[in-house]
Amino acid sequence: MSSTRTIQGQKNLQNINQASKDGIGGSPLRPDGTLKVKGEFAYSSDMWHEDMLWGMALRSPHPRANILGVDISEALKVPGVYAVLTHQDIPGSKYYGLEIQDQPALAIDKVRYHGEAIALVAADHPETARRAVKKIKVEYEVLTPIVTEEQCLDPETHGYVHEPHEFKSHGYGNICHEQRLVSGLGVTDEVRAMADVIVSGEYEVGMQDQAFLGPESGLAVPAEDGGIDLYIATQWLHVDRQQMAPVLGLPEEKVRLTLAGVGGAFGGREDISMQIHACLLAQHTGKPVKIVYARDESFYGHVHRHPAKMRYEHGATRDGKLVFADCRIVLDGGAYASASPAVVGNAASLGHGPYVIPNVKMHAIALYSNNPSCGAMRGFGAVQAAFGYESQMDKLAEKLGMDPVELRQLNAMAEGDSMPTGQRIDSPAPVAELLQRVKDMPLPPPLDTEDLDIRAVPGALSNTSHGEGIVRGVGYSVGIKNVGFSEGFDDYSTARVRLEVIGGEPVAMVHTAMAEVGQGGVTVHAQIARTELGVEQVTIHPANTEVGSAGSTSASRQTYMTGGAVKLAAEAVKQALIEKGRRRYGWTQKDISLVGGKVVSESAGVLVPIVDLLGDQAIDLTREHHHRPTQPFDKETGQGFGHVQYTFCANRAVVDVDVDLGLVKVVELTAVQDVGKALNPLSVVGQIQGGCTQALGLAVMEEIIVKDGKVRNASFTDYLIPTILDTPPIPVEILELPDPHAPYGLRGVGEAPTVSATPSIVAAIRQATGLALNRIPVRPEHITGTL
Amino acid sequence: MRVTFTANGKPVEADDVWEGESLLYVLRERVGLPGSKNACEQGECGSCTVYLDGTPVCSCLVAAGQVQDREVRTVEGLSEENGELGLVQQAFIDAGAVQCGFCTPGLLVQTDALLEQDAQPSDNDIREALSGNLCRCTGYEKIMDAVRLASARKCAGKGASE
Repeated sequence: MSSTRTIQGQKNLQNINQASKDGIGGSPLRPDGTLKVKGEFAYSSDMWHEDMLWGMALRSPHPRANILGVDISEALKVPGVYAVLTHQDIPGSKYYGLEIQDQPALAIDKVRYHGEAIALVAADHPETARRAVKKIKVEYEVLTPIVTEEQCLDPETHGYVHEPHEFKSHGYGNICHEQRLVSGLGVTDEVRAMADVIVSGEYEVGMQDQAFLGPESGLAVPAEDGGIDLYIATQWLHVDRQQMAPVLGLPEEKVRLTLAGVGGAFGGREDISMQIHACLLAQHTGKPVKIVYARDESFYGHVHRHPAKMRYEHGATRDGKLVFADCRIVLDGGAYASASPAVVGNAASLGHGPYVIPNVKMHAIALYSNNPSCGAMRGFGAVQAAFGYESQMDKLAEKLGMDPVELRQLNAMAEGDSMPTGQRIDSPAPVAELLQRVKDMPLPPPLDTEDLDIRAVPGALSNTSHGEGIVRGVGYSVGIKNVGFSEGFDDYSTARVRLEVIGGEPVAMVHTAMAEVGQGGVTVHAQIARTELGVEQVTIHPANTEVGSAGSTSASRQTYMTGGAVKLAAEAVKQALIEKGRRRYGWTQKDISLVGGKVVSESAGVLVPIVDLLGDQAIDLTREHHHRPTQPFDKETGQGFGHVQYTFCANRAVVDVDVDLGLVKVVELTAVQDVGKALNPLSVVGQIQGGCTQALGLAVMEEIIVKDGKVRNASFTDYLIPTILDTPPIPVEILELPDPHAPYGLRGVGEAPTVSATPSIVAAIRQATGLALNRIPVRPEHITGTL
Repeated sequence: MRVTFTANGKPVEADDVWEGESLLYVLRERVGLPGSKNACEQGECGSCTVYLDGTPVCSCLVAAGQVQDREVRTVEGLSEENGELGLVQQAFIDAGAVQCGFCTPGLLVQTDALLEQDAQPSDNDIREALSGNLCRCTGYEKIMDAVRLASARKCAGKGASE
């Protein structure tokens, strides 16, 4: 550990200090911002060690094959190669997984998806490693991949991705997980007869990628005690360790993880990627090993958003009241389970949208296939469903001759209503108000065809059009997302807060294992410490496994959960300090708090400066924050108090469509979201705008193209994410209706806009073109009809 | 081979450079300047943008040998000589345009170059100039704010002297 350094001296792996007066509700600037704009912030791919080696994996070119033999002898002869490993070199358990331990750390006897890792090389230069990887000879018996829903559901004919006996939790063909839900009378012929109007549709969502910019990377350093230190970009240090230690054959305490700078995550770092590989190579060579994925390897090396096929049927009365919803959602989970079971739970329980529907039937399943593995991505099962139910709402409005926003408002759920799971919504649910606000916001001016800047029209810089054939459309949507881990998971976070006098000033130190992935948690933690402890100076300790788990930076949960833990720990420190004062000075007041560096009583004024009371003694306390317990959903009925909090966002999209060329330019994408309490309004707005932009990507451009199980566009040349030219102004309005069950009344922010914004863009394109558009991303050929 | 060039005003030399190495690799792994980022290494994302003889380029697309005796300026060279943040750097922080920050070094160099050419760009000018720099976190709104802020400060003559 002592010999480890980055080129830049690991500045962000040391404490980050910041002085500010801003507590919660303010917008102090990021404590890591200065390092980031100077290029001095050390991301995981910047880790460096004097005598480090470079690791690289050999990946399968086939989605499904038996491995008949692996010959590493030629690779070992390449000068500069230190190790070549296969599954036979794994010292411990060969499998790992987030929910089901079904994934081999290196392929054993067969490969199940295109890009699966088979062998590892450690060498003195990345090019040496690349050349050695090419010299590994693998003999395959190539098999026909199981890739369609029909193939997956007929294993007798097409085979199994995993043999039925392979995993205890898995024993029913190629279905990884399923969840049914029935509420009210369910959906029967009698229920259907109660509806005046019925609309149905089949919808399809392509495979989206998180496409975070910082590649999967890290540095594994073997330690003298036989353990290992890993500097890593991840979303959850402790769950990585939990999966890694058994494979490395080490007790957990000998696997020490420190968070290196994370270049975005969006769910894609919730699973293990190169963590185990780097550590295995470090164990075998006794040297530090760095792995940095190239972009194509990143596309192969992490799980994606589940592609979905959905069937929806909605019935309503003539005046627009929903009577029933019948839904089937099929998610392709790919080769390994990853987070598929939880994604299915979300799709099933949130798949009806933020609407009151008296009678519901739902069946959501995730399949095992030989397609790339899918797991967590921002919106987590709620995104796919939102495209389905919001498309249905527009269809229903059209059939009823109603305004689509009014139809949504008529059926909008509110506090006190019940979810189809039977769970009562016991905090504000301002769905109708969000829609009203987004509708009331001013529209952008019409396209100025007189004085046209062609950069503003679809096709923009390609000079494809000068305004002819352009039609404008407007669309609306609203979505629902859960916050935190659900279905009975004991979701918690840990924080350590220390208060001491440094340089004559009271300084608070906050130590958690929260993965700062760009969302701004480090800023908010400092704000909470300032608010509770009345100090200006806060130090953020590097996130590592020396402190208890913070849980994952996902499910919009970190401000709620780790923020909540920081609040608890800071309150405990405050109470301990006040108790110290009571003992020393005999205070009897009940209204004592810490403000502006002083211990004050509302009734008696300033009692003593914090520095005088603390002296040279530090108060250092650790607390865990658990959210209130949830329940698993009943397997058949889907009933249960499954989610801890709900969050809502409404959007309006304005688009210009070039109907001749099939090109879409989103002109404006407006968002209104209830955030409960904006702890840092600047960051909240940034999260909402970023979430909307990923939704825009899914609506019109982002898709991993998989044909016969093979990935066809594993690069930023071919997988398109929105540029600044593709992204419109995103006006944001926030509501702050406190959730009585959450710390400070806050609501998780990050995912709701990604759930809700996609359907608004598709609705706007439909309005402009009159086309049905049942598949996303909407491509030019869908608009021009030249598919 | 040995490559010698100027990085942020200082002479540097790198030994044993393999012919296929990019300027990006040499900067990050050999010269101790990892500020330029390695997101796609295909010239698509702009995260590795540096000045080469005053022109912004994707350093992943420049072969190391091409920079022999030339001048490179990276994000590390955007700060003032006294270590104070440059005008564009400060604007990105103030506007909240930095989230994960991985795209930030490339955006800073590209924005710096834009404002050198045109201190008062229109929104469409900004979008055109930055269209080669991908950002996955911010939705670009705060980046637009940052560039407008930097432009305003530059025109007002405030902040760092460029």
